[in-house]
Amino acid sequence: MDFHQLWSIFSTPDNVPIVLLMIVVPFYTWYGLRQAFANDKLIGELEANPALAKTHHRKTQPWKPGWVKEVHVWPYLLRIEFLAAIIVTLILMVWSITLNAPLEEPSNPTLTMNPAKAPWYFLGLQEMLVYFDPWIAGVMMPSLIIVGLMVIPYIDENPLGNGYYTYKQRKFAIWTFIFGFIILWVTMIVIGTLIRGPGWMWFWPGTTWDHNRLEFTVNRDLPDVFGIKGRIAKIIFGAIVVGIYGVVAAIGIHKLMNVTSFAKKIYKRMSLLQVATMQLFLICMLALPIKMIARLLFRIKYVWVTPWFNV
Amino acid sequence: MAEGNGSKGTGGNGAGGSGQNGGKKSPVSVLVEGAKAVGAQAAEEIKALQQPEKTDVWKSVLRVKHDETPRSRALGVLSNVFLHLHPAKINRDAVAYSYTWGMGGMTFYVYITLVFTGTLLMFYYHPSKVVAFRDILYLEHDVPFGKLLRNMHRWGAHLMVIMVELHMFRVFLTGSYKKPRQFNWVVGVILLVLTLLLSFTGYLLPDDQLGFWAVTVGTNMARATPLLGHDGPFGHQFGMTPFNDVRFGLLGGSIVDSNALLRAYIWHCVAIPIIASAFMVVHFWRVRKDGGISGPAPVQLESEIKEPRKL
Repeated sequence: MDFHQLWSIFSTPDNVPIVLLMIVVPFYTWYGLRQAFANDKLIGELEANPALAKTHHRKTQPWKPGWVKEVHVWPYLLRIEFLAAIIVTLILMVWSITLNAPLEEPSNPTLTMNPAKAPWYFLGLQEMLVYFDPWIAGVMMPSLIIVGLMVIPYIDENPLGNGYYTYKQRKFAIWTFIFGFIILWVTMIVIGTLIRGPGWMWFWPGTTWDHNRLEFTVNRDLPDVFGIKGRIAKIIFGAIVVGIYGVVAAIGIHKLMNVTSFAKKIYKRMSLLQVATMQLFLICMLALPIKMIARLLFRIKYVWVTPWFNV
Repeated sequence: MAEGNGSKGTGGNGAGGSGQNGGKKSPVSVLVEGAKAVGAQAAEEIKALQQPEKTDVWKSVLRVKHDETPRSRALGVLSNVFLHLHPAKINRDAVAYSYTWGMGGMTFYVYITLVFTGTLLMFYYHPSKVVAFRDILYLEHDVPFGKLLRNMHRWGAHLMVIMVELHMFRVFLTGSYKKPRQFNWVVGVILLVLTLLLSFTGYLLPDDQLGFWAVTVGTNMARATPLLGHDGPFGHQFGMTPFNDVRFGLLGGSIVDSNALLRAYIWHCVAIPIIASAFMVVHFWRVRKDGGISGPAPVQLESEIKEPRKL
């Protein structure tokens, strides 16, 4: 166990935001889901008791007859905003006094940093470079993430859970977002920051970042594993494998979207275009962990080899 | 007005007094009488200042009374340009921290902090390959509070990225992107991208090894853009070379050099802040126009789902 190495990774100034991220993301996930479960309990009670549903104010927040429903922004909201501003200023001040922003040596194109890392919020994308070529990891995936986020409101046909935390009424949506945000985005950032060392090699936390380490791993393309030779044959084989993945993933996603009777009801509300859009983005999203497993466990480099692009 | 009347009255009294007596009055006693009158006047005016809110100056600046009536509380918000994006009254539960986590507002506050510290940093920074790095050293070692300024800008930027992501997480968990707020979610995604771009363009500015290699890694992705990058799929067939592709446009050259520094500077300090501010204006405006903050809304039950509207 190399504690010095561990400490130097954690205390690198630009890694401190990741340490913060590793604390606040689980905290707020718990904080949000706790309210979701509290609301779910209330929803369960109201569904079991229609008479109560008619009279209940339908929130977990306390309410008594006679209480005013609305309060003045001044002072009840503005004092909170003012307090928040002071607290944020204090945190930022203390952080800035205690920790200096990093400044390395002057830029030198002839001296490559090892590891050369992007800013932490792009390390998920940089980590993706291990599994995909740059045109997918650096261009396609970011575009898909941005457009995919934008279409969420237009493909989510579930009218429930609008303006309150709930898990029961939005299981598929919540799982999808938590999978995309926490498992893929945040975890990949953490891997890229804390685990990837010199040469972008995998160093478990606590091991020394050995700059002379060499990895003797042979990554093979999937067509070679199956002994397929010849350019045309490889192109056709790769297209078939990617096509099969697409079909299998689509069927799996379809099954997941229809797993409960409620989910079926929501699925029926969706238009063909909405289903197709959702399928497209989810198939692309799932391709990342699939390729990660193929690469990390089975040493597969490319699945689809062509003279123009490789997947 | 009050002052003008007073001084005229004093002058008249003094003139009348000398006429009535007829006899000679020593110039000294005239002077003393005059001084006494002025003194009395001054005392009166100072007494009036104990209620400064009744002066014309006060009334010209603050147009409404600030007593504790509902009317003036509402007007205090509505007649203030900085506060007028708030409604006068909000739902009593909407001020609960547990619902919003305060992330959107705090993000905006951190953005203001960044504009402020960034503007101060611009006084000491030249976007030129020759002096950029030295300017940072100068800031760190000679400029009063220069180090604190740079640290606050750096950590504020990281904090903003984390807060934007958490804000998005909260909006998703509460389903706040659902009808009628779909478009504001899209604006929010654009703001997320702009936040990342702001942070990324700022990364190069110290012109140290960290920024240089991070931007080298980052912009190398652009060369793999399909069709538009010289290393990307079909880029070669599309006539792309290192000197005319999309990466060349980003860097103003084929390598990260002085043109790239200047471009990053202008994007970082002028272009993106203006674009982001415009989108922020729309974002906040739409929060109000789409019905204010989304919740905490009363929970809906599965049995209450309305049939979707057919096109």
